[in-house]
Amino acid sequence: MAREIRPLGERPAILRMQSVDKTFNGQVHALRRMSLTVNEGDLISLLGPSGCGKSTALRLIAGLMRPTAGRIIWEGGQGTDDLGVVFQEPTLMPWATVLQNVWLPFRLRGQSLASVRGRIEEVLALVGLENFAGSYPRELSGGMKMRVSIARALVTNPRLILMDEPFAALDEITRQKLNNDLLTLKAQIGCTIIFVTHSVFESVFLSDRILVMAPRPGRVVKELTLDEPYPRGLAFRTSAKYGEIARETSEALMEAMGEEEAHA
Amino acid sequence: MSLADDRPSETVIDGAAFDAEEERHARAKRLEAVGKWALPTIVVVLTLYGWDRVVAINHIPHYILPSPGLVAETLVKDWGTLFPSMLVTLKITLMALSVAVIGGVALAILFTQSKFAEMAFFPYAVILQVTPIVSVAPLIFIYVDNRIVALLICAWVVAFFPILANTTLGLKSADHNLRDLMTIYRASRWQRLRYLQLPSALPYFLGGLRIAGGLSLIGAVVAEYVAGTGGIGSGLAFRILEAGYRLNIPRMFAALFLIAFLGVVIFMVTTALNWFLLHKWHESAVKRDV
Repeated sequence: MAREIRPLGERPAILRMQSVDKTFNGQVHALRRMSLTVNEGDLISLLGPSGCGKSTALRLIAGLMRPTAGRIIWEGGQGTDDLGVVFQEPTLMPWATVLQNVWLPFRLRGQSLASVRGRIEEVLALVGLENFAGSYPRELSGGMKMRVSIARALVTNPRLILMDEPFAALDEITRQKLNNDLLTLKAQIGCTIIFVTHSVFESVFLSDRILVMAPRPGRVVKELTLDEPYPRGLAFRTSAKYGEIARETSEALMEAMGEEEAHA
Repeated sequence: MSLADDRPSETVIDGAAFDAEEERHARAKRLEAVGKWALPTIVVVLTLYGWDRVVAINHIPHYILPSPGLVAETLVKDWGTLFPSMLVTLKITLMALSVAVIGGVALAILFTQSKFAEMAFFPYAVILQVTPIVSVAPLIFIYVDNRIVALLICAWVVAFFPILANTTLGLKSADHNLRDLMTIYRASRWQRLRYLQLPSALPYFLGGLRIAGGLSLIGAVVAEYVAGTGGIGSGLAFRILEAGYRLNIPRMFAALFLIAFLGVVIFMVTTALNWFLLHKWHESAVKRDV
């Protein structure tokens, strides 16, 4: 099931946002003219403070709401299993076991557990939970619950995975571990990810593209490309390049926030 | 410098001190386990003994207050009449509870599927709930010929509201992100209900069921009182009325005891059901391991 990840310039596009606008109640401008091309194999971070429209962008892509203006185009049409989503909370069904939770996307398509069990177990092994198929979510730690959530998003082998601040509620150590594991996972299966975060360091460590966003109105203020090869590890975390990009990103953020204060 | 002089050169918290503490915890736990059963038993025995003494010392005649011994004796002696009556009351209660469950859950599903249905019918549900059953029951007995059906309707009216209200609340309180997930995976209405809303509502429903279980018994008994002794009804409430007219106070107590017993059994069964269905996953039923 693994897809090959091509170099940055040669990836085929899978989704295009063309100057997408979202306004709530005709007043609150949640997102202004956002354009973005998502290419196969990208790991794109939407980085910004709360209210910058990063979650709105994700919900628009997920089809949970419609743009007020602009277009979102899926190359080759959107199928039912083109999307996997990981929320900030693990969002598991507490009454169901790990196995049943990961089964959900298949179950909604009418596929029996027996017919997809092999695939579910394969994905559980990918996230390191092969021994917890029969556990209930309450028996797992926060990090493990998040892994189940990731497994559920991966299980249908979707073209695009949306992650909405998935590790924000975890402790720093668990978060780093999951960041590392996410990159390993990505290298293994070659998935495409849009990752919403408010952590500069997380976005720099994970992404090959960072979209820096600012609030009121929510908009993209800067786009950075990181041509740093995966897998990235501790060496990258402590490298001069990492620090340089983190500074550049932070400056873009500060600039955008300062602009806003000047407006106010 | 005098402050420092008063202090011991070192404070030691050694392992043994902690062990003693753990020992105390364990002892308290064992004591609690015994006390959980022993204490209520002792209280009941003392109450019965006190009751018996009050009757004996004050020479209270049995047609005013029978001694517990006499009540027990009557219970055994009149078992032939009381037991079939208990079955009648139990039957009405269980039937009313079943109809309340079916009706309450069905209405709750209807309410969550259609806002308009809820807007239109919820006021009726509230009116049914807030109108005291004793004042409606006589009308029901006028319009409904079949007495069993009339009793059933009374008990149902009392019992169904907690199920309706709780289940509606439960169906609506499914996790927002899970709902979004259902939308993303394009789940049908039925799948949403089956895989998300109904399981989310289960703890709420069971809470409603526990209340409704007691209420359906109350409904059944009240309805029987209203129906009076004129008809064919022969449940426990009828026995109490009948015994009252004949000043057979021990039998009144015996019947009363059986009604209370039924109530306790219903409560225990619904509690056990609650545990059985929720203990694996729901916070309310999960034992905390300290």
